Amino acid sequence: MQTIRQIVRNTEFRQGFVEMAQVAPGIAAWGLMTGVAMVKSGLGTAESLFMALTVFAGSAQLAAIPLMLAGAPIWVILATAFCVNLRFVVFSAHMRRYVMHVPFLKRLLCGYLTGDLTYVLFVKRHPEPATDDAGRAGQVAYLLGNGSINWFSWTASSLVGVVLANFIPTTWGLGFAGILALVGMTCSLASSPLRWIAGGIAAAAGVAAFTLPLKLNILVAIAAAVAFSLMLERSPWAGPLTGKPGR
Amino acid sequence: MGTFIADINGWHMVTIVALVGVSVLTRCFFFISEKEWQLPHWAERGLQYAPIAALGAVIAPEIVMSQGQLIHTLEDARLFGALGGLVYYFARRGGGQAVLGTIVAGMAVYLPLHIGLGW
Repeated sequence: MQTIRQIVRNTEFRQGFVEMAQVAPGIAAWGLMTGVAMVKSGLGTAESLFMALTVFAGSAQLAAIPLMLAGAPIWVILATAFCVNLRFVVFSAHMRRYVMHVPFLKRLLCGYLTGDLTYVLFVKRHPEPATDDAGRAGQVAYLLGNGSINWFSWTASSLVGVVLANFIPTTWGLGFAGILALVGMTCSLASSPLRWIAGGIAAAAGVAAFTLPLKLNILVAIAAAVAFSLMLERSPWAGPLTGKPGR
Repeated sequence: MGTFIADINGWHMVTIVALVGVSVLTRCFFFISEKEWQLPHWAERGLQYAPIAALGAVIAPEIVMSQGQLIHTLEDARLFGALGGLVYYFARRGGGQAVLGTIVAGMAVYLPLHIGLGW
């Protein structure tokens, strides 16, 4: 098992850190506005700070706060947060083969730090799980380097947002920088026509199913895009769409 | 400082700690147990489309919807902001700090339209 020092010294740690740092301004603007939104939805400053420092799940936090303030039973609040986070359950299925070799507690840390963008950047950098020890160590180092800067920029900016909530109007729309970070990330992922199609289907389904509660539109959109892409992969157009020779 | 501490509700703090548990549980869901199992091959292949699908599904409503409705006007700063970001990204062909540039270029278009014109 690797020590923390070995992980931090691994060149992949730095690689993960640098790739996420590029997106960090978008994350920070988003975290800032989430901190502001937490206070504006009525949660006290001390509780908002504690939540911003620990939970690390923006949309789940904002879904939970009104329920907490309304005195909803705790299981309702937790079930809500679970549903809002369901996309991460899907991601964890993908990540399993990459992290199963890691000891239990460190594996939980890897998972905790795997937000949306860390997952996206990680599987882009490492499309296949490594098969040797050095490769596995590098992948975990990448994940932790990437996840830690993501955690830091998100959490620090959320704390600032909580403290400055009364001075930053939401009408400025600073949170849009977070969306732009995702737009750039999407472009960098769209390496084949079929990936563009998958993103487009998910976009359409995400809008069409928007009225579903608990952000379930995102889960529906992922399912639709994956199913449709798998069908296209088996179709006669698979070769040109995937950029690979047909099977 | 007095009210700062007095505002803390014990039950809320318990809930927040439990929410950390939900964060960990959902993100680790399929690798908590060490029991051997494998995803079916089709699922393994399908998951390679999950990242871009998740991004598409998160982004699209944030750009073309407002208060749960599809927008009916082109006078929306988000459309032009996103377009500005895309133009920058493809002008750079995704090279260098393209994502950072997408954020900066997009905001440079978005903020004047949003704050200046109220779009």
